[in-house]
Amino acid sequence: MILKLIWRNLWRNSRRTLITMASIAFAVLFAVLMKSFQNGVFNNLIKNVVGYYSGYIQIHQKGYWDEQVLDNSFELQNALILQLQQNTQIKKIAPRLETFVLVSKGNSTKGCLLVGTDAVKENNLTQLKKKIIKGSYFENNEENVLLAEGLAKRLGANTNDTIVLFGQGFHGAMAAGKYKIKGIVHLASPSMNDTFVYLPLTATQYFLSAENRLTSISFGIDAPENTNAIVQNLKTQIGNKYEIMPWQEMMPEIANHIKADGFSFYIFSGILYIIIGFGLFGTVLMMTAERKYEFGMLIAIGMKKSELELILFGETILITLFGVLLGFVLSLPLVIYLKEKPIRFGGEIAKVYEQFGFEALFPTAVDKNIFINQSLIVLAMAVIIGLYPLWHVNSLNPVEAMKK
Amino acid sequence: MQKTVIDAHNLSKIYDEKTIPVYALNKVHLHISRGEFTAIKGPSGSGKTTLLNMIGGLDIPSEGFVEINGTNITKLKGNELIDFRLNNIGFVFQSYNLIPVLTTKENIEFIMLLQKRSKKETDQRVSELLKQIGLEDKINKRPRELSGGQQQRVAVARALAPKPQFILADEPTANLDSVSAENLLDMMLQLNQEENMTFVFSTHDQRVINRARRVITLEDGKIVADTAPTTIIHEQLLE
Repeated sequence: MILKLIWRNLWRNSRRTLITMASIAFAVLFAVLMKSFQNGVFNNLIKNVVGYYSGYIQIHQKGYWDEQVLDNSFELQNALILQLQQNTQIKKIAPRLETFVLVSKGNSTKGCLLVGTDAVKENNLTQLKKKIIKGSYFENNEENVLLAEGLAKRLGANTNDTIVLFGQGFHGAMAAGKYKIKGIVHLASPSMNDTFVYLPLTATQYFLSAENRLTSISFGIDAPENTNAIVQNLKTQIGNKYEIMPWQEMMPEIANHIKADGFSFYIFSGILYIIIGFGLFGTVLMMTAERKYEFGMLIAIGMKKSELELILFGETILITLFGVLLGFVLSLPLVIYLKEKPIRFGGEIAKVYEQFGFEALFPTAVDKNIFINQSLIVLAMAVIIGLYPLWHVNSLNPVEAMKK
Repeated sequence: MQKTVIDAHNLSKIYDEKTIPVYALNKVHLHISRGEFTAIKGPSGSGKTTLLNMIGGLDIPSEGFVEINGTNITKLKGNELIDFRLNNIGFVFQSYNLIPVLTTKENIEFIMLLQKRSKKETDQRVSELLKQIGLEDKINKRPRELSGGQQQRVAVARALAPKPQFILADEPTANLDSVSAENLLDMMLQLNQEENMTFVFSTHDQRVINRARRVITLEDGKIVADTAPTTIIHEQLLE
């Protein structure tokens, strides 16, 4: 009987019920979309910068991160390789020797980051081969470079052109060399796309007079959420000699930006939910006020207040549940669609984003936790609002309620 | 002699006790026996509804107490009092007060379901009552699909369904046209005679007063007359 009353009461004023459900559904839709976009954009940023370059974890010689010079590079020891191979959580490794040098083509000279890397391992970690937009990928025994697209444009360079690299090698040695451009790569991160030059590791070590030396080893892991646990594990294993850093420490600006933007999401979704909360409260208030006489009558003829409270609470929760479900039904296909076909801005907007180091691409993230969290927030709100009719009925005097 | 069902002792209801006290009821004594068909009449503000609310356990007296079948209901609180009302008192209100989202059948069985009676017993009683009130063909209609008279019949059937000790009806004919009012009163009188059900009405309606076997007159919260309707008609004729 109670369930029947809850259900039928819900449809007494079907227009109002539907409007309330729709407002809850749109709140869930907007909140889910907002959070999915935010997570999607950040996942893309992390993928572009972390997943496609730095790796989630890096090992350096102690002190390298504070003073990134070749003198703080380290010699690759077999013992270290063995220890890293024993760690089952580490799936991919890319040894690198990096330094800033000057790159020249014709009359044009630019500063760039020279990345000396193992061609095969780099491709395993960052899928560098896939980013070739012109020419072909290099091999370990070659002395050819891959130039980032932005840098190539700035230099006016093309494949098969020759560039000159000039800089300082290990222990202050002079470093200079001529290399053929074998391929042009497009890197998603605009700042990387404007500055990167890849050269096979052995050729780089020779160019910088740093045989068998590395500045970093980058790791790819299958479960990025375990990054901190793996870092702790590695610190216990090899932490005495090396510094082991998660990407959040290496790129605090990105980590902080994600944190700050997460906070702004809470403010916006908070405002959204307050508005929807007032809407729901308005409905509950009307439902309670216009049925005061009926409540008085029900208590008079013998319905316990607790039974009446259960009916009213059930109505609030049911309206909310339907609203949340409708919100899911509307948001799920939209989120999936926008993940597959993300929004990409072009023109001036894209340039503005690129200035801030972002790719102007807005994919969504499909994460069940987003849906669960948003529905829990709305349900918690409904529970709080649902307490009002309970309080109203609890303090109801049937004689007063039935006075017209 | 019939057993006393309602026993009100020295019943008073005083509003604004601390400033200027207003007596809605003033030391009322009342005994109603099983099977009575009693009307409480009086002008507006005489205390009819207040007396009915006290007898029905809906309002608390400032002084005195009410016993229903020997139980002092003035001492009952919260769910104990609601349970007592559920199991002992039937209510019929002026404006029908059916549950709008339930059908005729569901409204009639509502109180029995609150009492957690068996489905078999409930169904049997509901079909019995539907026959008595002559609305067997309106079983699945909602209140808005029934006329005022039909709604009030359903309200009477709802009050009667759990076989309470007595039925309190607050101006049951006030919103009805004369034909519907006559039909309703006939039906209630028939139920009173067939089921020996006790009815107590508050009313202004002369038709109710004419049919009542006992008429209590209230004025300014006091019982000023307690007599049979024939006597009243005689007095009116003399006037």
